[in-house]
Amino acid sequence: MKLHSAMGALTALGMVMGASAASADTLADVVSNGSVQCGVSQGLPGFSNKDDAGNWTGIDVDYCRGVAAAVFGDANAVKFTPLSAKERFTALSSGEVDILSRNTTWTMTRDTQLGLNFAGVNYYDGQGMMVPSSLGVTAATELDGASICTNTGTTTELNITDFFRSNNMSFELVAFEKADEVVAAYDSGRCDVYTTDKSGIAAQRLKLADPNAHTILPETISKEPLGPVVRQGDDQWFNIARWTLNCMINAEEMGVTSANITDMMNSDNPGIKRLLGVEGTFGENLGISNGWCASIIEQVGNYGETYEANVGANTPLKLARDGSVNALWTKGGLMYAPPIR
Amino acid sequence: MAYDTGQNQSGDEGGGLAALIYDPKARGLLFQIILLLAVVGFFAWILDNTVSNLAAQNKKSGFGFLEESSGFQILTTLGTYLVESQPGVATYFDIFWIGVVNTLAVAIVGIILATILGFMIGIFRLSSNIILRGFATVYVEALRNIPLLLQILFFYIVVLRILPGKREEGYTLFNGAFGLNIEGLFAPYPVVREGIGSVLLAFLGAAVLAWAVAWLARKRQEATGKQFPSFWVGLALIIAIPLAVFYSVGEPMNLEYPRFLNAGDVLPDGRTVSRIKAGYDIGLGGMVIVPEFLALLLALSLYTASFIAEIVRAGILAVPSGQTEASKALGMSNGQNLRLVVIPQALRVIIPPLTSQYLNLTKNSSLAVAIAYPDIVSVFAGTALNQVGQEIEMIFMMMMVYLVISLVTSAFMNWFNDRMRLVER
Repeated sequence: MKLHSAMGALTALGMVMGASAASADTLADVVSNGSVQCGVSQGLPGFSNKDDAGNWTGIDVDYCRGVAAAVFGDANAVKFTPLSAKERFTALSSGEVDILSRNTTWTMTRDTQLGLNFAGVNYYDGQGMMVPSSLGVTAATELDGASICTNTGTTTELNITDFFRSNNMSFELVAFEKADEVVAAYDSGRCDVYTTDKSGIAAQRLKLADPNAHTILPETISKEPLGPVVRQGDDQWFNIARWTLNCMINAEEMGVTSANITDMMNSDNPGIKRLLGVEGTFGENLGISNGWCASIIEQVGNYGETYEANVGANTPLKLARDGSVNALWTKGGLMYAPPIR
Repeated sequence: MAYDTGQNQSGDEGGGLAALIYDPKARGLLFQIILLLAVVGFFAWILDNTVSNLAAQNKKSGFGFLEESSGFQILTTLGTYLVESQPGVATYFDIFWIGVVNTLAVAIVGIILATILGFMIGIFRLSSNIILRGFATVYVEALRNIPLLLQILFFYIVVLRILPGKREEGYTLFNGAFGLNIEGLFAPYPVVREGIGSVLLAFLGAAVLAWAVAWLARKRQEATGKQFPSFWVGLALIIAIPLAVFYSVGEPMNLEYPRFLNAGDVLPDGRTVSRIKAGYDIGLGGMVIVPEFLALLLALSLYTASFIAEIVRAGILAVPSGQTEASKALGMSNGQNLRLVVIPQALRVIIPPLTSQYLNLTKNSSLAVAIAYPDIVSVFAGTALNQVGQEIEMIFMMMMVYLVISLVTSAFMNWFNDRMRLVER
C-alpha cells in the first residue's frame, strides 16, 4: 500500500515535470522572465561588440533590441550572452538563449539537422581572405601552400577546404576557438591568410597592429547569408523573430524612420497604417501588442538606419551599401520583406 | 462464519504488515526498494525527456553521422600522420581518431617530461646548494600559482613572437636536419622498408638478454657479494645487437630530411617555387611538429612538474633520516643511498598522488582548444560538433575517451604501486 502510493506520487511527479520541461512556449517564458535572452558574438565590431561604455552595439544587437521592443515595447528588455562559434547552437537548443543573433550563416544542414529555424537574412555576406600586402598576392588562386588562420566551428573551415581542393592547392589550416586569438596568430605571422566572412574581415582588420599593411583579396568563395536563429518547434516565437526583421526592412522601404515616426503615425498610406498598427490586428495575431512594429522603429530604427549606424560607409568597417547585395530590392539589392497585410 | 473468516484473515494480514513495518530488516529493504525505484524513475524521466525534446526540436540522433564525410582539413599533427585520411573525404570517425591520437600524444609526452623535470626540481628543492634550492623554490611557487590557461596562452604567444617567420630558415641544427621557425619544428622523417621487422625483433631479443644478465648478476651478488656492471652491459647489448642487425640486413630505414625552399628555386618536377610556397616543405620529406603542440606541451609539463616536484620532496622527506645514516654507516655513497635506500621508500609515498597529477595533465590537455592544437575537444567537440550538431552523442563519446584514458592510467599506476609496496615477511 505504502509502496503503491509512493510509486504513484513518483509517476505523477514525473509526468508533471516531464510536461513542463518539454514545453515550447518561448513567448510565455520570455514574458515571465521580463527580458529576451539574446545570444551574440564575443566581439565582432559592427555586428555585436561592446563599446567603450560597456554597451552592446551592432547590427545583430539592434535586431535583438528590436525583438525586445516588439514583445515588451522596451528595447532595453534584453540580456546579451556572448557565445563562441562552437557554443552557439548548443546554447540555443538548450534554452540558454531565446534567440541567436550572431552573424550565423543559413545553411541546409543547420536548417534540417540541428533543430533550428532561420528567421531571415539581415546581412548577405560571403567568405573572403586577407593577406599581408608584403606577400604580393593579388588573387586567391596564387595561395598554393599557404597556411590559413580561422575560427573553429564555422562554415569557413568547410568552404576553404572546398576551395583549395577544387583548385588542387595544398594548405595548412590553423583553427582557433576565439576570433581574438585568430587575429593575434595572424598578426604574429603564424599564417599567411586570414579567412572569414568579408564583413568579419573588415571588422577584425581594425584590431591588427597596422590595418593598412593588409589586403583583402577580391574573391568571394562562398555565399554566407547571415541571420537570426530560433529553435524549431515553436511557430509563434519563430513568427515574432521573422516579422521583427520584416518590420525593419518594410519600414525602410516605406521611408518610416525613428526620426519621422511621430508624423508617420498620422499617415494616410494604408500600408504605413498597417505597419505601425494604426489599422488591423497584426500584432495581436503574433501574440503581442498591435504597436509592436512602431515600438521597434521608434526605439531601434529601420533596417537602413541600423545598417548605416553599425557597418555602413561612415563607420570604421566602411561597408558601402549602395550597389551591394545588401541594398533594398528597390535599389538593386536583395533586401526584400513580404508585405504586412 | 464465512464473514468471520474474512475478517480474521484481513486482521491477520494487517497484523503481519504492521509486524513487517516494525521489523528493521524488512523496513530497510522497503526503503532500499523505494530508493532504487526513485533512482531508476529519475533516470527514466531524464531519458524520456531528452528523447521527446530532441524529437520536438526535430533533431537527428544516433551514431550514423560517424560514417559521413566531414569536409574540413585538420592541422598537420601526429593524428593526421597516423590516421589515413584525406581532407574533405575523411569521415567524422577519422576526425574522432585524429583527435584521440593528438590528445594521447600530448598527454604521453607531457607525462614523461613532467616526471623527469618534476623529479629534478623536487630533488633540487632539498639540495644544500642555495642557488639550486632557490631556483627550485621560485620555479614551484611561480608555476603552480598561475592558472594553466594563462600559461598556455603565454607560451603560445611567446613561441610565436620569438620564432623567425615562415620564409626564413630560422634556427637550424645538424646542417639543416632540424629547423625551427614559426611554422614549427622540422625534423627528419624515418622511412622504413622491408626488413625493419628483424631489427625490431633484435631489439626485443636484446632487451630480454639484458634482463637475463641483470637477473644473473643479482643472483651472483646475492650468493657471492661480487658486483657486476649489469646496467652498462645491458645498455651496450640493447644498442649493439639491433645496430648490427640493422646494417647486416641492408639498412631497412633511412631518414628523409626537411627541405627548405627559397622563392625561385626549381623543383625536381620542373615547377618554380612561388613566393607563397617558400619555406620548409614537408611534402618533399621530413616532418613538422607544429608550434601549437610545442607550446601546449611546454605549458602542460612545466605546470605539472611544479606539482610533481612538491610530491617528490614530500616523498623523500617522509623517509626517516635514520635510513640515510644507516646506509652511510654501511659505507654507501650518496648516489647509492639515494638510488637503493631513499627513492625506493619514497616512491611508496610518491606514486598515489603522482597518479592524480598524470590524470590532471591528461584532462588539462583539453585546454588545447585555446591555441588551435587539434585535440579531441577542439576537433571533435568543436568543429565536428558544430557541423553535426548532435551534442549528446558526441560529448558522450568524448567523455568515454577521457574515462578510458584515465582508467588505463590509474590501472597502470596501481599495478606499479603494488610492485613498489613494502614487501613484508
